[in-house]
Amino acid sequence: MTPLLTAEAVTVRYGSLTALDAVDLRIPLGQRHALIGPNGAGKSTLLDVVAGVTRAAGGRVRLAGRDVTRLGPAARARRGVGRIHQRPAVWGSLTVRENVLVAALPRAERAGRWHPAARRRSAGRTADALLDRTGLGDLAATPAGQLAHGQRRQVEIAVALAGRPRLLLLDEPAAGLSAVEVGWLVEFLRGLPRAVAVLLVEHRLDLVYALCDTVTVLRDGRTLATGSPAEIRASGPVRQAYAEGVT
Amino acid sequence: MVRLLRPTVAVAVLAGLVAAPWVVDDYTSALLARTLALGLVAVGVALLTGVAGLPTLGQTAPYAAGAYAGALVGGHLCDVGAVQVLVAGAAGAALATATLPLVLPARGVVLLMITLAVGELAVVLAGRWTSVTGGTDGLAGIAPTRPLWGLPVLTTDRARYLYTLVVVAVLVGLVLLVLRTRVGLLLRAGRDDEARLRASGHRVAAHVAGVHVAAGAIAGAAGSLLATAQQYVSPADFGFDTSALLLLGVVVGGTASVGGALVGAVLVVAARDWLFGALPGQAPLVLGLAFVVVAHLLPTARRARPPARPRPASAPLGPRPADARRPTSATGVRA
Amino acid sequence: MSGVPVDPYVVPALDGVAYGLLVFVAAAGLVLCFGVAGILNLAHGTLFAIGGYTAAALLDGGWGSLALALVVGVGAATAAGALVALLLTRVGAAGHLNQALLTFGVALAGGSLLVAAFGPDDPPVRVPAALDGSVVVAGHRYAAYRLVFIVLAAVLAGLLHLAVRRTRAGMLVRAAVDDAEMVATLGVSPAVVRVGVLAAAGALAGAAGVLGAPIIGPGPDTADAVLLLSLVVVVLGGLGSMTGTLLAALAVGQIQTLGVALAPSAAPFLLFAAMAVVLAVRARGLATARRAT
Repeated sequence: MTPLLTAEAVTVRYGSLTALDAVDLRIPLGQRHALIGPNGAGKSTLLDVVAGVTRAAGGRVRLAGRDVTRLGPAARARRGVGRIHQRPAVWGSLTVRENVLVAALPRAERAGRWHPAARRRSAGRTADALLDRTGLGDLAATPAGQLAHGQRRQVEIAVALAGRPRLLLLDEPAAGLSAVEVGWLVEFLRGLPRAVAVLLVEHRLDLVYALCDTVTVLRDGRTLATGSPAEIRASGPVRQAYAEGVT
Repeated sequence: MVRLLRPTVAVAVLAGLVAAPWVVDDYTSALLARTLALGLVAVGVALLTGVAGLPTLGQTAPYAAGAYAGALVGGHLCDVGAVQVLVAGAAGAALATATLPLVLPARGVVLLMITLAVGELAVVLAGRWTSVTGGTDGLAGIAPTRPLWGLPVLTTDRARYLYTLVVVAVLVGLVLLVLRTRVGLLLRAGRDDEARLRASGHRVAAHVAGVHVAAGAIAGAAGSLLATAQQYVSPADFGFDTSALLLLGVVVGGTASVGGALVGAVLVVAARDWLFGALPGQAPLVLGLAFVVVAHLLPTARRARPPARPRPASAPLGPRPADARRPTSATGVRA
Repeated sequence: MSGVPVDPYVVPALDGVAYGLLVFVAAAGLVLCFGVAGILNLAHGTLFAIGGYTAAALLDGGWGSLALALVVGVGAATAAGALVALLLTRVGAAGHLNQALLTFGVALAGGSLLVAAFGPDDPPVRVPAALDGSVVVAGHRYAAYRLVFIVLAAVLAGLLHLAVRRTRAGMLVRAAVDDAEMVATLGVSPAVVRVGVLAAAGALAGAAGVLGAPIIGPGPDTADAVLLLSLVVVVLGGLGSMTGTLLAALAVGQIQTLGVALAPSAAPFLLFAAMAVVLAVRARGLATARRAT
């Protein structure tokens, strides 16, 4: 079966600095995949390449077998890539419901609803369902710019899911959250339908092990190892590399 | 309170505008008609600058295109106002479309610079393309307009003013209606965070192009109103100071509010006209100081869009206030 | 007239070089403001006009008066630039719109003050007597002052390049362009950078105004015309590139002189067309190139 995401020999350079050096990544449908490694290993860069935000200097990215290397972030989003940013990105002057509604609109368009009103109704239904699922119902009419950090994170998750992604990119989703909020986040992500594959960048290994079934370790822009959490934990060089980076 | 205040103000302003030509003399009516046309241009400026977060100093270009197109249609083809407004709007939209390659990638100060350059060049062009525009002498003696087929031609300043008012009201109403749909939602979302909008699968470039063209069409239609109201068009109507006055009016009116932009621009232009009558020598000085004062008094207009493309992956860890995302990388000097 | 033929194209071409270099020196200030401080200074043309009026008032045909005009004109324009920066300190963080409004207000008020001081007419400008005649260049008669101006402006452009490339201030300027926050951590306040940059831009505009007064003379319309030309040149030059700005300025100089001589009827469109073509071609590259700086 074709994997959902294949990145082959992805290379990214910023001037003389090589951020990613021929990195491969394969994510089958529904896999929960983590990217770990010390700061500057290229994790976020790889996420940017998959999202289409950063153009790779070399290599290919395929989504469900289709070459998307040359497509921008919007086109990839329409092909099923959802994203949660390191710093929660919400539309501050829109209400929480409007945020989710806006994110649901492209999907409604693809579903062939050409009449604007039908499109809006369909997107509205998606939005209301998501507000329920994420527990944001009470905040629906609040401008997102007035929310606290943790609530913004919730909104962004609803926004990312509104496009019904097949692949969800998570860039340190737990950063800045309280213990309670992290608990909610883990529960919520575990409850995602199995059809949604996840690519998670995270420093906290407890979250990685709680959420993911496959782990890739990056260091200095290269893949050090890929395997199950147990294999990674057991791997000596990986632990060493990680310890060096963390100190 | 605010909920009640806004409709009250709106009704009062509208009533005042309808009653105005019976209160003031003909000359003032003509002046007011011209001011209303400028107010309509300001609506386009607010649409771009306030609603979509794309600051502009160049709406005088489609305004001029519309004015000349309306005047030429009125002089040679058709004296029906509705046709002139449509053709002028199309001319404004066409000019905006032609400049799309220049403005699409630009945001913030860069966009201000490019739009200002386009607007200024359009005025230079209008002044030199003598065979079509009459050069700096302008196009005079534009034939009177009849609003619709079968209606009489507008012969008095009052009639021309009321015609202008009706067209402006209809077009502003249209803009307000459209902004209530998802179009308004998407434009505001783009102003807040464009990258997020892209990450959700929206074609942001299409939104930006759309709002530029729409604002161009509005300015073009306003140009036709100017030609009808003034029966004279010259490059002096589209100078650099006009762009700046419009921006001032939009900022005074509350940037993101379309109705506020209209009122703000009308007030600012009226104040300018009064000032030039009352203090002919010192008017520019006083007006300039007013600009400086307003820039200080109004702490900030809404945050403009960050640069079209995100910065390379160097975002710091953890949460930061939204204002920290100021587009520092939008500018640069390379030797 | 002597027997030297006046070629219809060489003289406009030389004029174009003089004109282009003049616009470059004026536009360089705008590039600094925009590139380093992210400010669109709409009063930039007014700073040029200050230099121009100073030249008109002080030049009496002697060398001493030229030196005096240069000192006074550059000093006044520098002070005016610093004043704009000081006015901007409270507005600075508030965004582009307020900056644009403020600098436009300064331009309007400044222009009004200049007209009040020097009158509404374009004053005549006297060049040093020694340069008042014409010289023969490669078989063509050419105004001596313009020739000297070309040399002076070229030297100024070279000095500017060295200043940005080689000096500490130039290094800070380039650093500020790359990362304003990083420079702030070096202990250099952004407000100080802003004052410095706007004052330097004022000095450039003032120098261009004094030296260029015999070419683009002072008058009520000068400020607008110079702002427009500088703006077009900065945009054409790639918004932040000094070399690009220089090339664009030389091209615009040729369009405004040789272009008019060759194709008078097409001249009004040439500037527009040049901008449209260059920008359409570079639109994509522009956005990416600016991100890379």
